[in-house]
Amino acid sequence: MSTIAHTQKRGFAGTVWDYLTTVDHKKIAILYLLAGGLFFLVGGIEAMMIRIQLAVPNNDFVSAGLFNEIITMHGTTMIFLAAMPLLLGFMNAVMPLQIGARDVAFPFVNALGFWLFFFGGVFLNLSWFLGGAPDAGWTSYASLSLASEGHGIDFYVLGLQISGFGTLMGGINFLVTIINMRAPGMTYMRMPLFTWTTFVASALILFAFPPLTVGLFMMLFDRMFGAGFFDVAMGGNTVIWEHLFWIFGHPEVYILILPAFGIFSEVIPTFSRKRLFGYSSMVFATVLIGFLGFMVWAHHMFTTGLGPVANAIFAVATMAIAVPTGIKIFNWILTMWGGSIQFTVPMLYAIAFIPSFVMGGVTGVMQAAAPADYQFHDSYFIVAHFHYVIVGGVVFGLLAAVHFYWPLMFGTMLSEKLGKVTFVLFLIGFHLTFFIQHFLGLMGMPRRVWTFLPGQGLETGNLISSIGAAFMFVAVIVLLINVVVTQVKNVKVGMDPWKDGRTLEWAIPSPTPFYNFKQLPLVRGLDPFWIEKLEGKTEMTPAEPIGDIHMPNNSFTPFMVSLGLFIGAFGAMYHVDDKGWAIPVLIFGLVVTFGSMLYRSIKDDHGYHIHKEELLDDANKGGTR
Amino acid sequence: MAAEEKFTPQTWPESPEQATLEGKNKFLGFWLFLGGETVLFASLFATYLALKDSVPSPDHALAKDLFELPLVFLMTMLLLTSSLTSVFAMYHMKNYNFKKMQTWLFITVMLGFAFLGCEIYEFNHYVHEYEHTFTSSAFGSAFYTLVGFHGAHVTFGLLWIIALMIRNAKRGLNLYNAPKFYLASLYWHFIDVVWVFIFTVVYLMGMVG
Amino acid sequence: MKQKLTKGRLLIVFALLTLVLSGCGEPFLSTLIPAGEAGQIAYDLMILSTVIMVGVIIVVSIMFAVAVIKFRRKKGDESIPKQVEGSHVLEIVWTVIPILLLIILTVPTVITTFELADTKAMDKKNEDGTTDALVVNVRASLYWWEFEYPNQKIITSQELVVPTDQRVYFNIKASDVKHSFWIPAAGGKIDANTDNVNKMWLEFDNEKAKEADNLFYGKCTELCGPSHALMDFKVQALPQDEFDQWVTAMQTVDAEAAPQDPQAAAGQEIFNQKCLSCHAVSPADARPEAARLAPNLADFGDRTRVAGILEHNEEELKNWIANPEAYKPGNKMTGTYGELSDQELDQLAAYLMGLKLEK
Repeated sequence: MSTIAHTQKRGFAGTVWDYLTTVDHKKIAILYLLAGGLFFLVGGIEAMMIRIQLAVPNNDFVSAGLFNEIITMHGTTMIFLAAMPLLLGFMNAVMPLQIGARDVAFPFVNALGFWLFFFGGVFLNLSWFLGGAPDAGWTSYASLSLASEGHGIDFYVLGLQISGFGTLMGGINFLVTIINMRAPGMTYMRMPLFTWTTFVASALILFAFPPLTVGLFMMLFDRMFGAGFFDVAMGGNTVIWEHLFWIFGHPEVYILILPAFGIFSEVIPTFSRKRLFGYSSMVFATVLIGFLGFMVWAHHMFTTGLGPVANAIFAVATMAIAVPTGIKIFNWILTMWGGSIQFTVPMLYAIAFIPSFVMGGVTGVMQAAAPADYQFHDSYFIVAHFHYVIVGGVVFGLLAAVHFYWPLMFGTMLSEKLGKVTFVLFLIGFHLTFFIQHFLGLMGMPRRVWTFLPGQGLETGNLISSIGAAFMFVAVIVLLINVVVTQVKNVKVGMDPWKDGRTLEWAIPSPTPFYNFKQLPLVRGLDPFWIEKLEGKTEMTPAEPIGDIHMPNNSFTPFMVSLGLFIGAFGAMYHVDDKGWAIPVLIFGLVVTFGSMLYRSIKDDHGYHIHKEELLDDANKGGTR
Repeated sequence: MAAEEKFTPQTWPESPEQATLEGKNKFLGFWLFLGGETVLFASLFATYLALKDSVPSPDHALAKDLFELPLVFLMTMLLLTSSLTSVFAMYHMKNYNFKKMQTWLFITVMLGFAFLGCEIYEFNHYVHEYEHTFTSSAFGSAFYTLVGFHGAHVTFGLLWIIALMIRNAKRGLNLYNAPKFYLASLYWHFIDVVWVFIFTVVYLMGMVG
Repeated sequence: MKQKLTKGRLLIVFALLTLVLSGCGEPFLSTLIPAGEAGQIAYDLMILSTVIMVGVIIVVSIMFAVAVIKFRRKKGDESIPKQVEGSHVLEIVWTVIPILLLIILTVPTVITTFELADTKAMDKKNEDGTTDALVVNVRASLYWWEFEYPNQKIITSQELVVPTDQRVYFNIKASDVKHSFWIPAAGGKIDANTDNVNKMWLEFDNEKAKEADNLFYGKCTELCGPSHALMDFKVQALPQDEFDQWVTAMQTVDAEAAPQDPQAAAGQEIFNQKCLSCHAVSPADARPEAARLAPNLADFGDRTRVAGILEHNEEELKNWIANPEAYKPGNKMTGTYGELSDQELDQLAAYLMGLKLEK
């Protein structure tokens, strides 16, 4: 049987091959971080182009058609290809360690999920070079998306479909991991909040993505195979798309924000040196938000004309979500209350998050009042609102997580000084950009406008907003410099670098051994590492004697399965143009995918064992391999 | 712990599909997957109900004109029976009787093929007799998508079970492949349940108009 | 001296007022300066929710600021704070208070949702099928708006004309892709769908309309294509008697009449050849909806904008006709009538600008 040795290939090509075939959750996390970070930059450049175009009235920096492509790709990229993958990255990096697991439940599926997302994202972005990007908004409402010419919307549909499969697999994987693979003593009510939010967000993924899948299939059939779901002339109905999209789309908001809540629930207690206030009510609020998230989708459709009964019901249901969210906010504040707050960069983001997110949250409640929303809907007020929750919530969370978990993932510490520069610039830029947009909306500026005319009182606000965007752009560049400088210096920091780590992930030697835990730890309560530290210990009490560890083999199959769908998607798309090669390419792609799945199914893969002796040997060398 | 360890009916565990951690994970993961599939079909059902009998002009065939009970009833019986035979197969799997399991799986597969044959005939019939096609109306699109998604699931299920039967024909049961057989049968049951809903919502409710 | 002081005070008041007003946007466009009942309902609800929410923000901010400032770590402080599990009393407090606040908001929300959806007056038909209430059928197309008055049997486009001080009812739909009908100053929006007709009502106060020079801006608020941003329309809110005059004038337009000016007469020739298949100049256009491919131009000379966005003069009109693509990318007019010479443009412009109602 194979041993550790066979995973060790050297050289650059060896490293690349290692990452292409890896099934290790820690390496997959890095892949997610790289790919998500790349797409985040792409989406950020698109955002800058939007703000440059709107800086002055009647601007012609970009053309009208191109502008619609840019806003569509900005939204789609940021939601599906940046925010979600980055969160999935941190879930991968942290959650298995937090519950004391050696890996996720399905390491192979984990890799498959990443490659599907990656190929879907690449496919979507290739549209820029192959005749134009999608241009019907990230919501891609049916009548416009059917009327849209060229292949832009086809890229949207197929790209999201492929990456959506990947996300769905990730969701199932995390659910099973959390249910089945917790260390001894890690009961549900001892799980760290980030694990809890991962759990709830994964459940949301599981139930929210299938409606999107169905909607995308219908649009695919309508556009590529002549079906009539949304074609009114054939008896179709465009409102079905709106329902399916928002039945997915609203829970999606919580898929993004809940893990960010989780990150803050880790950061705040750590740097307040105090346990999370009201842990059980935090868990309860998380679950309740997830549940209510499915009951409120039609508040995105108040102006669709569903009638007063539906509007009133969804208005009231939507307001209800404010209650559990409020509970969370107060619990965070009370966690800091009486604590000993240290202003590290992650903590700064957490502190800035609270007022920023409250502002985004309250405008959400204002929109829940349907008659008021008739005014807010599709105006810049909405743009301001969702950027306040997504940037003020999710992006702040991600930035906090980057700084907080960097030592865990890479063994080095990002510069606190540069981190604070990024923080200040980003915070100023964020409020400068988006606060004024509330008023632009109220003053009558619709969203998704390519330009605006002078003399309508909208000039000053738009200029301020564009200046703010520049601040955020500079902030992100400073962050990139920080990353490069840190990795070039490469100063290793060892375990528990923040000194106040509370949960299991900080109890592991740094860098994390590839099998995570030599012996599974015994968990004796909430914040298990903190408990041990209070008793003067420096590591966890093991729950088992040292024994053989079973590990999965690396595999190239996930890459192949995803590649097949990527190739096949081109065939499906160009078959509309009567290209002779299209159908053969589609078939070839599907053969690659299903062939790879069959190969996986037929070829036994039992993994391998790390033997006890090697582990003891490892321990003598200081935990590294 | 070795997954390929040889067993006898006496040493074979009570729930072989959940005897290993991998098996347990797969078992739970697959149930969750079926939860997602349920939402998928629920979305398809909702769309079908919204677009039922939505046709561009009155000369198009409607649900009440199309469906014929005898054929659909036969299909229902075929699929229900195949679900039962897959239960028998799992019964023998739990009792470590590989040959009988394979036999019952074979019968399941045959019934599945009979069902698929009926479905192909049925679709063909609608297309040629009523000009009710995928592209003739929104109703047609919704009908073929819902029933077709189910048909695609049946096809995938059949290929899956056949692949498992052939792959393991020579080596018999062990704790590595027991969960695989079990999940395939779970999938098959799910397909059957979905069909019961299709039978009720699409066909029975369609015929009463 | 005293007078100077009052003047100074007045100046300050005016300065503040302009500041506040500029903060609220323009009276013809802003939701913060509601021009009628529907707008007022939305505005009141916005203010109510804002007040409640600002209260919430203040409370949270104070707690937050105290916590962050008071409990920051002193240098070298290695003490471990007391680990508090939670507090049932506090948790109940911050669950119940938000619920109470939300109930305060819920009640008016539900009431006004039904109030704004009350279009029963549209269904009260007289024997001849007309209604006592003023009804306008709004049809949105890429990138223009048609306004049909079924009771008065007239059609106009791009500039909606309504009487003040009464509820005006709208039937709204789209003929190609989804649009959304929004007159921010007058009230909320509703989508123009391709598959159904949506109904709503708005009202314009006479006084408020005067402040906006009787002219409000309308917008499309559902992304509909490249020129979505430019799919504007205007609303003339007139006192009842002026509105009635307008209706009568519209009903008596003689579209066939040849203009006196020879330049304009030549323009009419060109128009009839190249434009008439899409554009009508008769307000009583009897063609079915699907044949009305472009805005009705019956009272074009009286309008305030060319194509909804350009200054209303012959120069801009000629620019527009010469190259509409440069002003509204993706519009349906470009390339449907061939090249026009400068002379032809002059003649067309003269004709179109002469399409005025009898006053």
